[in-house]
Amino acid sequence: MIAVEMRNITKRFHSMIANDNVNFMVEQGEIHSLLGENGAGKTTLMNVLFGLYHPEEGYININEQRIDISSPRIAYKLGIGMVHQHFMLVNNLTVLENIILGNEPGRMIIDKKESYKKVQALSNQYNFGLDMDTKVSDLSVGIKQRVEIAKTIYRGADIIILDEPTAVLTPLEVSQLLQILLDMKKQGKTIIFITHKLNETMEISDHVTILRGGKSIATVSTKDTSAKELANLMVGSEINLEIKKQSKECNETVLSLKDVKLLPNACSSVSFEIHAGEIFGIAGVEGNGQQEIEEMIMGLRSCKSGCIVLKGIDITNLCPRLRRSYGIGYIPSDRYKQAILPGFTLVDNYLLGNQYDKKYVTKGIINKNYLVQRAKTLMKDFDVRAVDENQTIGSLSGGNQQKLVVGREVSNNPDFVIACQPARGLDVVAIKYIHEVLLELRQQGKAILLISAELSDLFQLSDRIGVLYKGTMMAVKRTEEYTKESISLLMAGRKVENADEP
Amino acid sequence: MQMNPKRRATLNAMLSNLLLSMAAIVLSLIVAAFIMLTVGYNPIKAYLALYDGAFGSVNAVSNTLSKSIPLIFTGLAFAFASKGGMFNIGGEGQLYVGALASTAAAIALGNAPRFIILPAAIFAGMFAGGLLGGFVGVAKAKLHLNEVIVAIMVNYIASLLTSYFVNGPMKAAKSMTAQSDLVPSSALFQKIIPKTQLTTALYIALAAVVIIYFFFKKTRAGYNIRVVGENLFAAQASGVNKTMVIILTMGASGAIAALAGVTEVLGKYGRFIDGFSPGFGFTGIAVAVLANNNPFGIIVTAMLFGALDSGALKMSYVAGISANMVMVIQGLVILFVATPQIVQWMNKKGGKKLGKS
Amino acid sequence: MENLSYLFSFDMLMTILRLAIPIGLAAIGGTICERSGIINLGIEGMMLLGAFGGVLGTHLTDNPWMGVLMAIFVGGLIGLLHAVLCIKFKTNQSVSGVGINILATGLTVVLTRAVWKTDGISGQVDQLPSITIPVLQDIPFIGRIFVNQSPYLFITIAVVAIAWFVMYKTKVGLRLRAIGDHPKAAETVGINVKKYRYVAVIICGMLCGLGGAYLSIVQNNRFINNMVAGRGFMALAANIFGGWNPLGSFLASIVFAFAQAVRIKLSINIPDQFVQMLPYVITLLVLVGIGGKSKGPEALGDMSD
Repeated sequence: MIAVEMRNITKRFHSMIANDNVNFMVEQGEIHSLLGENGAGKTTLMNVLFGLYHPEEGYININEQRIDISSPRIAYKLGIGMVHQHFMLVNNLTVLENIILGNEPGRMIIDKKESYKKVQALSNQYNFGLDMDTKVSDLSVGIKQRVEIAKTIYRGADIIILDEPTAVLTPLEVSQLLQILLDMKKQGKTIIFITHKLNETMEISDHVTILRGGKSIATVSTKDTSAKELANLMVGSEINLEIKKQSKECNETVLSLKDVKLLPNACSSVSFEIHAGEIFGIAGVEGNGQQEIEEMIMGLRSCKSGCIVLKGIDITNLCPRLRRSYGIGYIPSDRYKQAILPGFTLVDNYLLGNQYDKKYVTKGIINKNYLVQRAKTLMKDFDVRAVDENQTIGSLSGGNQQKLVVGREVSNNPDFVIACQPARGLDVVAIKYIHEVLLELRQQGKAILLISAELSDLFQLSDRIGVLYKGTMMAVKRTEEYTKESISLLMAGRKVENADEP
Repeated sequence: MQMNPKRRATLNAMLSNLLLSMAAIVLSLIVAAFIMLTVGYNPIKAYLALYDGAFGSVNAVSNTLSKSIPLIFTGLAFAFASKGGMFNIGGEGQLYVGALASTAAAIALGNAPRFIILPAAIFAGMFAGGLLGGFVGVAKAKLHLNEVIVAIMVNYIASLLTSYFVNGPMKAAKSMTAQSDLVPSSALFQKIIPKTQLTTALYIALAAVVIIYFFFKKTRAGYNIRVVGENLFAAQASGVNKTMVIILTMGASGAIAALAGVTEVLGKYGRFIDGFSPGFGFTGIAVAVLANNNPFGIIVTAMLFGALDSGALKMSYVAGISANMVMVIQGLVILFVATPQIVQWMNKKGGKKLGKS
Repeated sequence: MENLSYLFSFDMLMTILRLAIPIGLAAIGGTICERSGIINLGIEGMMLLGAFGGVLGTHLTDNPWMGVLMAIFVGGLIGLLHAVLCIKFKTNQSVSGVGINILATGLTVVLTRAVWKTDGISGQVDQLPSITIPVLQDIPFIGRIFVNQSPYLFITIAVVAIAWFVMYKTKVGLRLRAIGDHPKAAETVGINVKKYRYVAVIICGMLCGLGGAYLSIVQNNRFINNMVAGRGFMALAANIFGGWNPLGSFLASIVFAFAQAVRIKLSINIPDQFVQMLPYVITLLVLVGIGGKSKGPEALGDMSD
């Protein structure tokens, strides 16, 4: 029997099409992997299934009956449960209390005995090994996840959706989870898990559906496919991986990371160097340590092991201000939350990061004239389209905001620039502009760290690329040494040597 | 009129804020009038008397101004902390320790000449208030405690401490009431209008407004505080030391609030009197919120609340209603102004009722 | 020496309980309100209006029990006001509380003048009579508690017991605690977060009103301006010190009352202000000691859902 059938699902958010005529089918009692990169539309599709979103077009059949899933409540009644990436657990309550919350046995008074019986039986049946009376805040991430899964089963879910379940787990916890999923399958549950990881997909799923760019690309039987083929399907052939820039001689090391531990559950630490006149790209699906690199280099997150050296100076324990003074330009990954002051004027935004520069501020007083001049100049040089410098930055388009940020960060001639997801949310023209700026900086002999989830950007701009997966550098090679397949395999967690294994 | 579009946008924003504040005041007056009617008083008579008591004569106006001085300080203090995204509810305690410290300093310096004793007393008061505010800042920055809860505890401890001093060690000899000795006259602010309570402290208040306005507009420190209030991550990424900013901002806010106490003691009473504050610290919150944290706006809203206080007596005399009715109005203003949505919601409903589009 | 033996006397115990009742009732109200995630700084004002309501109700009906009901009603009304402001209109919760305090202070004086023609002092009313419970009074040792005792003692103990039981043994209590910590999680399992919050804040108001009436028609026989005298904030402190737990709030109130009782009854020469300070100093020390991990509801004041 077909447990879930989603046909021609289209979901739009304003002008952005998250799901484009997607078809998705899951058989009852199987483990089905929903595979794709960031932004492919996987979570959106599952949110539609779970009743959190309503599709503009298409329909859904559950257990071969046409149903309109208008809310999570309805979804639960149909036996669909979802375990989100961010857990919905109450820290100060126990495991038992979290699981029964909302569905407690008893009339007004909670029937403690009955609760214990029911939940303990559940835990035993699926080998969750839960201790009923532990406070959730005392649990490890892996166990917390089991509590979340138990919640869905307790509420009667037979179809269970897991969103990137292994993203936060250690390797040991991952294998434990996979075993649990297999046990659940034995008990007749249908499991859908959203992932970008090939290993897990190959290990336990029966079928794989690949999404890319909002469209459903293919559904294959796992035993009939290989990791290589899946990687190909994930990444597609439209990617322009031509290398347009000229080669350059590489000079001294400007930034180096040595034995830096990015994530608590990473297998190994990270080391790499960036030279003057070089763009070093870091590829990888978001959430694999990129945020940590960004923040550790800037000094916004403490680097507990390993060291970071900038132009020969050990900056591992220095405050952000000092680091900046040695010449760092920082283009953060989340523009709105990290790079701009939304309610302030453009002029005030140009001051950000320059408050300790003597040219901008003398003896604690802001040199308004100089600041306004610089703002005007930079707006012109970097093509920031606005009425004038006194406009509020919040009213600018994303592209113009980014141009302001980029202009601001490079205008002081830093020797090292860290650019994180610089092209995110920008239109084609703006992207091209940013590219040109970065290449120009490279030409001037700056060292640039480019962290991006967009392979085409990385290939066009980087001299060398390191692939980040779960806090570990899977490989560091010159750009031309990668193929589309090899890099996507690495991004999905497969070392290239294993590429031909199923 | 042809206007630069960005200027028009800022003006529009300011206008809508102004309208919002005015609507809150009007609504409060309407609800208060309703209460008066229910209880059997004539609101028109009351409001006319209120106005007369507040602005009806030179004496009345100077009274109004004098009552608005402490509110300017506590309002500024709250607004100052708000710019940094912080909530200074500790104004009451800060003004009490400021008052006590300045009294003690002035009395201790007894015979010193005016140009030493007055600044020293002012400084002592600001320092005491700054310590109190800084303490709350440390609790927030280092211990991650909720600054509202800590400030309330500190408020009571500080007020009770000053009460202890003025009932005990600092009590004026042979005095029936709990008050300190008189402060040497060289430490007093001079009266602007004789036989009223209006002193040159008013100039200090106005100066504070101007200084704080330029502080935020022109200095790096002011910029850093605003940045912390707007986007903490971006602030830190730009090199701002979050901990320092939090502690110093709360400290400065405390020092400003302390001036409310200092000017009451050295201006109005000439001594520290137990319980002299009718809740300036809390009313200051309303003053700041009503003025949208704008320093110049605070002058206006402080005067509004000062007018309410100063006209209350006349209102009770003429209309028979208790003078505390102004507290009701003040409370209503706080409730209405804290909720822009209420005002908008009521505007919509009111507009419908009156047949407007 | 004689002081020491007095410390453990029945009289002392009764004094402590009497002092603790109003604070304890309000503190439990605060506990319930904050457990739903809403900060309530207006407890002082709610108690004051309750005190007034108690006197007004008694005055109108010549029946103190009607006064008690009136106090509960008035408190609930103000609770509803706070709830609407905070939940429907998303007001800044601290500012709303401050506003309620100021409003209450002014309104009670205006109304006393309107009814009794004296600013801030009401006329005299009947007090809530003490009762003696026939059978229980014969129990050895503790029988004295049931002789000539204010019904409030039993009401309070009942409130503590019921509040504790509901919070930790019933579905409603579990869901309430979940809401204060993680409203989104509660929402996703189908709990009506808004409804719980409204009810919690209204109950808080009712308890504060009940506590306020104790001050006016049990401990006293009239309403006097500002008669709550900071007990509302002490209740706030008691809730924090007690760990957002009804039993803890009550025990904390007893601790605070103990300090006051010691000073009154044992004529030890500590200045009044230091005794009054004690609750706040203790609470501050507790807060600082526990540091960032103060056991309050994790989503207290957060209305982002």
